[in-house]
Amino acid sequence: MIQLSGVSKRFATGLLAVSGVDLTVEASEIVAVIGPSGCGKSTVLRLIAGLDTPTAGTVRVAGRRVEGPSRSVGVVFQEPRLMPWLTVERNVSFGLHGEETAGPVAEALARVGLDDFADALPKELSGGMAQRTAIARALVTKPPVLLLDEPFSSLDAFTRIDLQEHLLEVWGWYRPTMFLVTHDIDEALVLADRVIVFGGQPGSFEAEITVDLPRPRDRTDLSFHAYQDRAMKELGSSSRDRQARAQTPGWPSRAPSS
Amino acid sequence: MLGLIVPVVALALWEIGARAGLVSTRLMPPPSDIAKTLGGLAADGVLLGHMGSTTARVLVGFVLGATVGTLLGAATGVSLRFRALFDPTLQALRNIPSIAWTPLFILWFGIFETSKILMIALGVFFPVYLTLSGAIASVDRRLVEVGRVYGFGTTSLVARILFPASLPTYLIGLRNGLGLGWMFVVAAEFLGASQGLGYLLVDGQQTGRPALIVASIVLFAVLGKLSDRLLAWGGGRLTGWQDGFTAKAPG
Repeated sequence: MIQLSGVSKRFATGLLAVSGVDLTVEASEIVAVIGPSGCGKSTVLRLIAGLDTPTAGTVRVAGRRVEGPSRSVGVVFQEPRLMPWLTVERNVSFGLHGEETAGPVAEALARVGLDDFADALPKELSGGMAQRTAIARALVTKPPVLLLDEPFSSLDAFTRIDLQEHLLEVWGWYRPTMFLVTHDIDEALVLADRVIVFGGQPGSFEAEITVDLPRPRDRTDLSFHAYQDRAMKELGSSSRDRQARAQTPGWPSRAPSS
Repeated sequence: MLGLIVPVVALALWEIGARAGLVSTRLMPPPSDIAKTLGGLAADGVLLGHMGSTTARVLVGFVLGATVGTLLGAATGVSLRFRALFDPTLQALRNIPSIAWTPLFILWFGIFETSKILMIALGVFFPVYLTLSGAIASVDRRLVEVGRVYGFGTTSLVARILFPASLPTYLIGLRNGLGLGWMFVVAAEFLGASQGLGYLLVDGQQTGRPALIVASIVLFAVLGKLSDRLLAWGGGRLTGWQDGFTAKAPG
Protein backbone atom coordinates (compact mmCIF):
# COMPACT_ATOMS: atom_id res chain seq x y z
CA MET A 1 0.00 0.00 0.00
CA ILE A 2 2.86 2.34 0.87
CA GLN A 3 6.20 1.97 -0.87
CA LEU A 4 9.32 4.04 -0.37
CA SER A 5 12.43 3.26 -2.36
CA GLY A 6 15.73 5.03 -1.88
CA VAL A 7 14.01 8.07 -0.42
CA SER A 8 16.12 11.01 0.76
CA LYS A 9 15.09 14.48 1.77
CA ARG A 10 17.35 17.48 1.99
CA PHE A 11 15.77 20.71 3.18
CA ALA A 12 16.38 24.10 1.63
CA THR A 13 18.62 24.86 4.62
CA GLY A 14 20.98 22.12 3.39
CA LEU A 15 20.11 19.74 6.22
CA LEU A 16 19.85 16.15 5.02
CA ALA A 17 16.96 14.89 7.15
CA VAL A 18 16.54 11.35 5.86
CA SER A 19 18.68 9.27 3.57
CA GLY A 20 18.14 6.10 1.59
CA VAL A 21 14.89 4.94 3.17
CA ASP A 22 13.27 1.79 1.79
CA LEU A 23 9.94 0.66 3.19
CA THR A 24 6.92 -1.33 2.16
CA VAL A 25 3.71 -1.31 4.17
CA GLU A 26 1.09 -3.87 3.18
CA ALA A 27 -2.60 -3.08 2.97
CA SER A 28 -4.29 -3.07 6.41
CA GLU A 29 -0.93 -3.36 8.12
CA ILE A 30 -0.07 -1.17 11.12
CA VAL A 31 3.54 -0.02 11.09
CA ALA A 32 5.04 2.11 13.83
CA VAL A 33 8.28 4.06 13.55
CA ILE A 34 10.11 4.84 16.77
CA GLY A 35 13.19 6.92 17.30
CA PRO A 36 14.53 9.92 19.16
CA SER A 37 13.10 13.34 18.33
CA GLY A 38 14.77 15.09 15.45
CA CYS A 39 15.77 11.85 13.69
CA GLY A 40 13.61 12.59 10.65
CA LYS A 41 10.80 10.12 11.28
CA SER A 42 8.15 12.81 10.93
CA THR A 43 9.79 13.85 7.66
CA VAL A 44 9.12 10.35 6.30
CA LEU A 45 5.47 10.71 7.26
CA ARG A 46 5.24 14.11 5.56
CA LEU A 47 6.71 12.63 2.40
CA ILE A 48 4.08 9.87 2.37
CA ALA A 49 1.37 12.50 3.00
CA GLY A 50 2.57 14.52 0.02
CA LEU A 51 3.21 17.58 2.21
CA ASP A 52 6.91 17.50 1.28
CA THR A 53 8.59 16.09 -1.81
CA PRO A 54 11.65 13.82 -1.65
CA THR A 55 14.92 15.03 -3.12
CA ALA A 56 15.74 11.48 -4.22
CA GLY A 57 13.82 8.23 -4.53
CA THR A 58 10.12 7.61 -4.97
CA VAL A 59 7.11 7.41 -2.68
CA ARG A 60 4.10 5.43 -3.83
CA VAL A 61 0.69 5.01 -2.23
CA ALA A 62 -1.59 2.33 -3.68
CA GLY A 63 0.78 2.00 -6.60
CA ARG A 64 0.62 5.65 -7.58
CA ARG A 65 3.49 8.06 -7.18
CA VAL A 66 2.77 10.68 -4.51
CA GLU A 67 2.90 14.18 -5.93
CA GLY A 68 0.85 16.03 -3.38
CA PRO A 69 -1.81 15.48 -0.71
CA SER A 70 -4.53 13.09 -1.77
CA ARG A 71 -7.92 12.04 -0.49
CA SER A 72 -6.79 8.47 -0.08
CA VAL A 73 -4.36 9.51 2.67
CA GLY A 74 -5.66 10.81 6.01
CA VAL A 75 -3.32 12.61 8.40
CA VAL A 76 -3.52 13.05 12.17
CA PHE A 77 -0.96 15.53 13.48
CA GLN A 78 0.70 15.81 16.86
CA GLU A 79 -1.59 18.72 17.72
CA PRO A 80 -5.33 18.45 16.99
CA ARG A 81 -5.17 21.44 14.59
CA LEU A 82 -8.92 22.04 14.80
CA MET A 83 -10.42 25.20 13.35
CA PRO A 84 -11.31 27.04 16.58
CA TRP A 85 -14.28 28.81 14.94
CA LEU A 86 -16.03 25.59 13.90
CA THR A 87 -18.02 23.15 16.01
CA VAL A 88 -16.78 19.59 16.41
CA GLU A 89 -19.22 18.46 13.74
CA ARG A 90 -18.11 21.05 11.21
CA ASN A 91 -14.46 20.39 11.97
CA VAL A 92 -15.03 16.73 11.18
CA SER A 93 -16.75 17.58 7.89
CA PHE A 94 -13.98 20.07 7.04
CA GLY A 95 -12.46 17.95 4.28
CA LEU A 96 -15.74 17.02 2.60
CA HIS A 97 -16.67 19.22 -0.30
CA GLY A 98 -20.22 19.46 -1.47
CA GLU A 99 -21.12 15.87 -0.76
CA GLU A 100 -23.49 14.40 1.78
CA THR A 101 -21.87 15.07 5.17
CA ALA A 102 -24.38 14.21 7.90
CA GLY A 103 -24.05 10.42 7.65
CA PRO A 104 -20.26 10.11 7.43
CA VAL A 105 -19.75 12.75 10.13
CA ALA A 106 -22.13 11.06 12.55
CA GLU A 107 -20.46 7.72 11.91
CA ALA A 108 -16.92 9.10 12.37
CA LEU A 109 -17.95 10.86 15.61
CA ALA A 110 -19.54 7.67 16.90
CA ARG A 111 -16.36 5.72 16.10
CA VAL A 112 -14.31 7.99 18.35
CA GLY A 113 -17.03 8.25 20.99
CA LEU A 114 -17.86 11.93 20.53
CA ASP A 115 -21.51 11.69 19.42
CA ASP A 116 -22.64 13.92 22.28
CA PHE A 117 -20.20 16.72 21.49
CA ALA A 118 -21.10 17.46 17.87
CA ASP A 119 -22.08 21.05 18.68
CA ALA A 120 -19.20 21.86 21.03
CA LEU A 121 -16.51 24.36 20.10
CA PRO A 122 -12.84 23.31 20.29
CA LYS A 123 -12.28 25.60 23.30
CA GLU A 124 -14.75 23.48 25.26
CA LEU A 125 -12.89 20.20 24.63
CA SER A 126 -10.22 18.46 26.69
CA GLY A 127 -6.95 17.58 24.98
CA GLY A 128 -8.05 13.99 24.45
CA MET A 129 -11.42 15.00 23.02
CA ALA A 130 -9.76 17.48 20.68
CA GLN A 131 -7.43 14.79 19.39
CA ARG A 132 -10.36 12.38 18.96
CA THR A 133 -12.06 15.07 16.87
CA ALA A 134 -8.92 15.28 14.75
CA ILE A 135 -8.98 11.51 14.26
CA ALA A 136 -12.67 11.67 13.27
CA ARG A 137 -11.80 14.40 10.75
CA ALA A 138 -9.14 12.19 9.20
CA LEU A 139 -11.53 9.20 9.14
CA VAL A 140 -14.58 10.86 7.70
CA THR A 141 -13.55 10.12 4.11
CA LYS A 142 -12.48 6.59 5.10
CA PRO A 143 -9.04 6.99 3.55
CA PRO A 144 -7.35 3.64 2.83
CA VAL A 145 -4.15 5.03 4.38
CA LEU A 146 -4.03 6.76 7.76
CA LEU A 147 -0.86 8.54 8.84
CA LEU A 148 -0.40 9.48 12.50
CA ASP A 149 2.41 11.82 13.54
CA GLU A 150 3.01 11.36 17.30
CA PRO A 151 -0.75 11.69 17.73
CA PHE A 152 -0.93 11.10 21.47
CA SER A 153 2.38 12.50 22.67
CA SER A 154 0.91 15.60 24.30
CA LEU A 155 -1.74 13.66 26.25
CA ASP A 156 -1.58 12.22 29.76
CA ALA A 157 -0.96 8.48 30.19
CA PHE A 158 -4.62 7.54 30.90
CA THR A 159 -5.98 9.43 27.90
CA ARG A 160 -3.21 8.04 25.74
CA ILE A 161 -4.07 4.41 26.58
CA ASP A 162 -7.75 5.19 26.04
CA LEU A 163 -7.08 6.67 22.61
CA GLN A 164 -4.80 3.81 21.61
CA GLU A 165 -7.76 1.47 22.24
CA HIS A 166 -10.01 3.76 20.20
CA LEU A 167 -7.51 3.68 17.38
CA LEU A 168 -7.51 -0.13 17.31
CA GLU A 169 -11.32 -0.07 17.19
CA VAL A 170 -11.10 2.29 14.24
CA TRP A 171 -8.70 -0.07 12.54
CA GLY A 172 -11.18 -2.91 13.12
CA TRP A 173 -13.92 -0.80 11.50
CA TYR A 174 -12.55 -0.73 7.96
CA ARG A 175 -8.95 -1.89 8.35
CA PRO A 176 -7.02 1.04 6.93
CA THR A 177 -3.28 0.86 6.43
CA MET A 178 -1.73 2.77 9.32
CA PHE A 179 1.65 4.41 9.56
CA LEU A 180 2.34 5.71 13.05
CA VAL A 181 5.26 7.83 14.14
CA THR A 182 5.89 7.83 17.88
CA HIS A 183 8.61 8.09 20.49
CA ASP A 184 6.69 5.91 22.91
CA ILE A 185 7.98 2.32 22.73
CA ASP A 186 4.91 0.88 24.51
CA GLU A 187 2.59 2.67 22.14
CA ALA A 188 4.39 1.21 19.15
CA LEU A 189 4.33 -2.29 20.62
CA VAL A 190 0.66 -2.15 21.64
CA LEU A 191 -0.53 -0.99 18.23
CA ALA A 192 1.77 -2.15 15.48
CA ASP A 193 2.32 -5.32 13.49
CA ARG A 194 5.84 -4.11 12.79
CA VAL A 195 7.99 -1.62 14.65
CA ILE A 196 10.77 0.13 12.79
CA VAL A 197 13.64 1.72 14.70
CA PHE A 198 14.70 4.95 13.08
CA GLY A 199 17.77 6.94 13.95
CA GLY A 200 20.94 8.61 12.84
CA GLN A 201 21.75 11.89 11.19
CA PRO A 202 20.60 11.82 8.46
CA GLY A 203 17.86 9.45 9.62
CA SER A 204 17.50 5.96 8.21
CA PHE A 205 15.92 2.66 9.22
CA GLU A 206 18.17 0.80 11.63
CA ALA A 207 16.17 -2.20 12.80
CA GLU A 208 12.80 -3.84 12.46
CA ILE A 209 10.80 -5.79 15.04
CA THR A 210 7.81 -7.89 14.04
CA VAL A 211 5.39 -7.92 16.95
CA ASP A 212 3.88 -11.38 16.97
CA LEU A 213 1.36 -10.97 19.78
CA PRO A 214 -2.43 -11.19 19.55
CA ARG A 215 -4.46 -8.03 20.13
CA PRO A 216 -5.53 -6.60 22.50
CA ARG A 217 -2.04 -6.76 23.92
CA ASP A 218 -1.40 -6.90 27.62
CA ARG A 219 1.28 -4.45 28.71
CA THR A 220 1.92 -6.45 31.88
CA ASP A 221 2.43 -9.74 30.10
CA LEU A 222 5.88 -11.34 30.11
CA SER A 223 5.98 -11.72 26.33
CA PHE A 224 5.22 -7.99 26.01
CA HIS A 225 8.17 -7.25 28.30
CA ALA A 226 10.40 -9.31 26.04
CA TYR A 227 9.47 -7.05 23.13
CA GLN A 228 10.04 -3.95 25.27
CA ASP A 229 13.54 -5.19 26.09
CA ARG A 230 14.28 -5.86 22.46
CA ALA A 231 13.09 -2.44 21.35
CA MET A 232 15.14 -0.77 24.10
CA LYS A 233 18.22 -2.71 23.02
CA GLU A 234 17.75 -1.78 19.38
CA LEU A 235 17.29 1.89 20.24
CA GLY A 236 20.27 1.76 22.60
CA SER A 237 22.55 0.01 20.15
CA SER A 238 21.68 2.38 17.35
CA SER A 239 22.59 5.34 19.52
CA ARG A 240 25.77 3.61 20.82
CA ASP A 241 26.85 2.93 17.24
CA ARG A 242 26.50 6.55 16.42
CA GLN A 243 28.46 7.61 19.47
CA ALA A 244 31.21 5.16 18.60
CA ARG A 245 31.35 6.46 15.05
CA ALA A 246 31.46 10.03 16.25
CA GLN A 247 34.33 9.29 18.63
CA THR A 248 36.42 7.12 16.31
CA PRO A 249 39.20 9.11 14.65
CA GLY A 250 39.03 8.95 10.89
CA TRP A 251 35.23 8.84 10.78
CA PRO A 252 33.75 11.90 9.18
CA SER A 253 32.27 13.86 11.99
CA ARG A 254 28.60 14.54 11.87
CA ALA A 255 27.45 17.70 10.23
CA PRO A 256 26.38 20.15 12.89
CA SER A 257 22.64 20.01 13.17
CA SER A 258 21.15 23.36 12.41
CA MET B 1 -23.13 51.16 35.59
CA LEU B 2 -19.75 51.70 37.21
CA GLY B 3 -18.63 53.56 34.08
CA LEU B 4 -21.31 56.23 34.60
CA ILE B 5 -20.05 57.45 37.98
CA VAL B 6 -17.14 59.54 36.65
CA PRO B 7 -19.00 61.43 33.88
CA VAL B 8 -22.10 62.07 36.03
CA VAL B 9 -20.05 63.47 38.92
CA ALA B 10 -17.97 65.59 36.49
CA LEU B 11 -21.09 67.02 34.84
CA ALA B 12 -22.62 67.84 38.22
CA LEU B 13 -19.46 69.63 39.40
CA TRP B 14 -19.27 71.52 36.11
CA GLU B 15 -22.89 72.69 36.37
CA ILE B 16 -22.46 73.71 40.01
CA GLY B 17 -19.20 75.51 39.22
CA ALA B 18 -20.81 77.44 36.38
CA ARG B 19 -23.83 78.47 38.43
CA ALA B 20 -21.66 79.51 41.36
CA GLY B 21 -19.69 81.74 39.00
CA LEU B 22 -16.44 79.82 39.48
CA VAL B 23 -15.97 79.32 35.70
CA SER B 24 -16.75 81.75 32.93
CA THR B 25 -19.97 80.60 31.28
CA ARG B 26 -19.08 82.67 28.20
CA LEU B 27 -16.18 80.36 27.36
CA MET B 28 -17.25 77.22 29.20
CA PRO B 29 -21.02 76.82 28.95
CA PRO B 30 -22.60 74.63 31.64
CA PRO B 31 -24.24 71.31 30.69
CA SER B 32 -27.69 72.86 30.95
CA ASP B 33 -26.80 75.40 28.22
CA ILE B 34 -25.52 72.63 25.99
CA ALA B 35 -28.71 70.67 26.51
CA LYS B 36 -30.69 73.83 25.66
CA THR B 37 -28.66 74.28 22.46
CA LEU B 38 -29.31 70.68 21.44
CA GLY B 39 -32.99 71.14 22.24
CA GLY B 40 -33.02 74.28 20.09
CA LEU B 41 -31.47 72.45 17.14
CA ALA B 42 -34.01 69.70 17.52
CA ALA B 43 -36.87 72.21 17.74
CA ASP B 44 -35.71 73.90 14.54
CA GLY B 45 -35.80 70.47 12.89
CA VAL B 46 -32.15 70.65 11.78
CA LEU B 47 -30.55 68.33 14.35
CA LEU B 48 -31.32 65.10 12.51
CA GLY B 49 -30.24 66.63 9.20
CA HIS B 50 -26.80 67.54 10.57
CA MET B 51 -26.36 64.17 12.25
CA GLY B 52 -27.66 62.37 9.19
CA SER B 53 -25.37 63.99 6.65
CA THR B 54 -22.28 63.44 8.80
CA THR B 55 -23.24 59.82 9.47
CA ALA B 56 -23.95 59.21 5.80
CA ARG B 57 -20.50 60.56 4.81
CA VAL B 58 -18.78 58.39 7.38
CA LEU B 59 -20.80 55.34 6.34
CA VAL B 60 -20.14 55.68 2.61
CA GLY B 61 -16.46 56.53 3.17
CA PHE B 62 -16.10 53.65 5.60
CA VAL B 63 -17.66 51.09 3.27
CA LEU B 64 -15.48 52.31 0.40
CA GLY B 65 -12.23 52.42 2.37
CA ALA B 66 -12.90 49.14 4.18
CA THR B 67 -13.75 47.34 0.94
CA VAL B 68 -10.57 48.43 -0.83
CA GLY B 69 -8.54 47.82 2.35
CA THR B 70 -10.01 44.34 2.68
CA LEU B 71 -9.33 43.35 -0.92
CA LEU B 72 -5.77 44.66 -0.96
CA GLY B 73 -5.08 43.40 2.56
CA ALA B 74 -6.28 39.91 1.65
CA ALA B 75 -4.27 39.89 -1.58
CA THR B 76 -1.02 41.01 0.05
CA GLY B 77 -1.63 38.68 3.00
CA VAL B 78 -2.10 35.63 0.79
CA SER B 79 0.33 36.20 -2.06
CA LEU B 80 3.98 36.93 -1.47
CA ARG B 81 4.31 38.28 -5.00
CA PHE B 82 1.42 40.67 -4.55
CA ARG B 83 2.90 41.74 -1.24
CA ALA B 84 6.31 42.43 -2.78
CA LEU B 85 4.61 44.42 -5.52
CA PHE B 86 2.24 46.62 -3.52
CA ASP B 87 3.19 46.66 0.12
CA PRO B 88 6.29 48.92 -0.07
CA THR B 89 4.34 51.61 -1.93
CA LEU B 90 1.37 51.43 0.41
CA GLN B 91 3.65 51.55 3.45
CA ALA B 92 5.33 54.66 2.04
CA LEU B 93 2.00 56.35 1.32
CA ARG B 94 0.83 55.48 4.82
CA ASN B 95 3.51 57.74 6.27
CA ILE B 96 1.94 60.80 4.68
CA PRO B 97 -0.56 62.29 7.14
CA SER B 98 -3.75 61.65 5.21
CA ILE B 99 -5.10 65.15 5.89
CA ALA B 100 -2.18 66.50 3.87
CA TRP B 101 -3.95 65.18 0.78
CA THR B 102 -6.96 67.45 1.36
CA PRO B 103 -5.94 70.39 -0.86
CA LEU B 104 -5.13 68.03 -3.70
CA PHE B 105 -8.40 66.14 -3.27
CA ILE B 106 -10.32 69.39 -3.43
CA LEU B 107 -8.52 70.37 -6.63
CA TRP B 108 -9.16 66.98 -8.14
CA PHE B 109 -12.66 66.21 -6.95
CA GLY B 110 -14.13 69.60 -6.07
CA ILE B 111 -15.39 70.93 -2.77
CA PHE B 112 -18.53 68.81 -2.62
CA GLU B 113 -19.27 65.27 -1.48
CA THR B 114 -16.76 63.31 -3.61
CA SER B 115 -13.65 64.80 -2.05
CA LYS B 116 -15.09 64.47 1.47
CA ILE B 117 -15.99 60.83 1.04
CA LEU B 118 -12.63 60.00 -0.53
CA MET B 119 -10.84 61.68 2.38
CA ILE B 120 -12.76 59.53 4.82
CA ALA B 121 -12.21 56.40 2.73
CA LEU B 122 -8.46 57.08 2.69
CA GLY B 123 -8.42 57.37 6.47
CA VAL B 124 -10.35 54.11 6.85
CA PHE B 125 -8.29 52.25 4.25
CA PHE B 126 -4.91 52.11 5.98
CA PRO B 127 -5.79 50.52 9.32
CA VAL B 128 -8.05 48.00 7.60
CA TYR B 129 -5.41 47.13 5.02
CA LEU B 130 -2.55 46.85 7.52
CA THR B 131 -4.46 44.82 10.05
CA LEU B 132 -5.90 42.31 7.61
CA SER B 133 -2.66 41.86 5.70
CA GLY B 134 -0.73 41.28 8.92
CA ALA B 135 -3.41 39.02 10.40
CA ILE B 136 -3.48 36.75 7.34
CA ALA B 137 0.30 36.55 7.21
CA SER B 138 0.39 35.40 10.83
CA VAL B 139 -2.28 32.68 10.67
CA ASP B 140 -0.97 29.47 12.23
CA ARG B 141 0.95 27.58 9.54
CA ARG B 142 -0.28 24.32 11.03
CA LEU B 143 -3.92 25.17 10.33
CA VAL B 144 -3.02 26.09 6.76
CA GLU B 145 -1.40 22.68 6.41
CA VAL B 146 -4.72 21.02 7.28
CA GLY B 147 -6.13 22.79 4.24
CA ARG B 148 -3.26 21.44 2.13
CA VAL B 149 -4.01 17.90 3.32
CA TYR B 150 -7.52 18.33 1.91
CA GLY B 151 -6.23 19.76 -1.35
CA PHE B 152 -7.62 23.29 -0.88
CA GLY B 153 -6.88 25.82 -3.61
CA THR B 154 -6.19 29.47 -2.83
CA THR B 155 -9.86 30.44 -2.79
CA SER B 156 -10.88 27.72 -0.32
CA LEU B 157 -7.81 28.43 1.76
CA VAL B 158 -8.76 32.11 2.06
CA ALA B 159 -12.47 31.52 2.61
CA ARG B 160 -12.26 28.56 4.97
CA ILE B 161 -9.03 29.06 6.92
CA LEU B 162 -7.21 32.36 6.43
CA PHE B 163 -10.15 34.74 6.64
CA PRO B 164 -11.97 33.13 9.59
CA ALA B 165 -8.68 32.81 11.48
CA SER B 166 -7.91 36.51 10.86
CA LEU B 167 -11.41 37.70 11.71
CA PRO B 168 -10.79 38.81 15.34
CA THR B 169 -7.81 40.94 14.34
CA TYR B 170 -9.57 42.16 11.22
CA LEU B 171 -12.47 43.41 13.34
CA ILE B 172 -10.05 45.47 15.40
CA GLY B 173 -8.79 46.95 12.13
CA LEU B 174 -12.35 47.79 11.10
CA ARG B 175 -13.01 49.49 14.44
CA ASN B 176 -9.80 51.48 14.13
CA GLY B 177 -10.80 52.42 10.61
CA LEU B 178 -14.24 53.54 11.73
CA GLY B 179 -12.68 55.70 14.44
CA LEU B 180 -10.45 57.34 11.86
CA GLY B 181 -13.49 57.80 9.63
CA TRP B 182 -15.12 59.94 12.34
CA MET B 183 -11.87 61.88 12.69
CA PHE B 184 -11.60 62.56 8.97
CA VAL B 185 -15.21 63.60 8.55
CA VAL B 186 -14.47 66.57 10.83
CA ALA B 187 -11.51 67.61 8.69
CA ALA B 188 -13.58 67.17 5.53
CA GLU B 189 -16.50 69.19 6.88
CA PHE B 190 -14.24 71.99 8.08
CA LEU B 191 -13.43 72.67 4.45
CA GLY B 192 -16.73 73.99 3.39
CA ALA B 193 -19.89 72.13 4.18
CA SER B 194 -23.36 73.56 4.60
CA GLN B 195 -24.56 70.72 6.74
CA GLY B 196 -23.08 68.28 9.21
CA LEU B 197 -21.61 68.29 12.67
CA GLY B 198 -18.27 69.64 11.39
CA TYR B 199 -20.18 72.57 9.91
CA LEU B 200 -21.81 73.18 13.31
CA LEU B 201 -18.34 73.30 14.89
CA VAL B 202 -17.16 75.95 12.43
CA ASP B 203 -20.44 77.82 12.75
CA GLY B 204 -20.13 77.83 16.54
CA GLN B 205 -16.63 79.22 16.33
CA GLN B 206 -17.47 81.93 13.80
CA THR B 207 -20.59 83.07 15.62
CA GLY B 208 -18.99 82.85 19.06
CA ARG B 209 -21.28 80.17 20.47
CA PRO B 210 -19.20 77.74 22.55
CA ALA B 211 -22.36 75.86 23.57
CA LEU B 212 -22.89 74.93 19.92
CA ILE B 213 -19.29 73.70 19.64
CA VAL B 214 -19.57 71.55 22.74
CA ALA B 215 -22.99 70.30 21.61
CA SER B 216 -21.46 69.12 18.31
CA ILE B 217 -18.61 67.46 20.17
CA VAL B 218 -21.14 65.63 22.33
CA LEU B 219 -22.99 64.49 19.22
CA PHE B 220 -19.74 63.23 17.69
CA ALA B 221 -19.02 61.30 20.86
CA VAL B 222 -22.48 59.73 20.88
CA LEU B 223 -22.45 58.76 17.19
CA GLY B 224 -18.86 57.49 17.31
CA LYS B 225 -19.51 55.41 20.38
CA LEU B 226 -22.78 54.02 19.02
CA SER B 227 -21.27 52.99 15.69
CA ASP B 228 -18.28 51.40 17.43
CA ARG B 229 -20.51 49.45 19.82
CA LEU B 230 -22.60 48.27 16.88
CA LEU B 231 -19.51 47.03 15.04
CA ALA B 232 -18.06 45.42 18.17
CA TRP B 233 -21.39 43.75 18.94
CA GLY B 234 -21.75 42.39 15.41
CA GLY B 235 -18.14 41.22 15.46
CA GLY B 236 -18.49 39.65 18.89
CA ARG B 237 -21.25 37.42 17.59
CA LEU B 238 -18.91 36.15 14.88
CA THR B 239 -15.88 35.61 17.11
CA GLY B 240 -17.41 33.96 20.16
CA TRP B 241 -15.27 30.90 19.41
CA GLN B 242 -12.14 32.64 20.69
CA ASP B 243 -10.55 31.15 23.75
CA GLY B 244 -8.88 34.27 25.02
CA PHE B 245 -8.44 36.07 28.29
CA THR B 246 -11.56 37.73 29.67
CA ALA B 247 -11.22 39.93 32.71
CA LYS B 248 -13.64 39.12 35.50
CA ALA B 249 -16.67 41.36 35.54
CA PRO B 250 -16.67 43.76 38.50
CA GLY B 251 -19.03 43.08 41.36
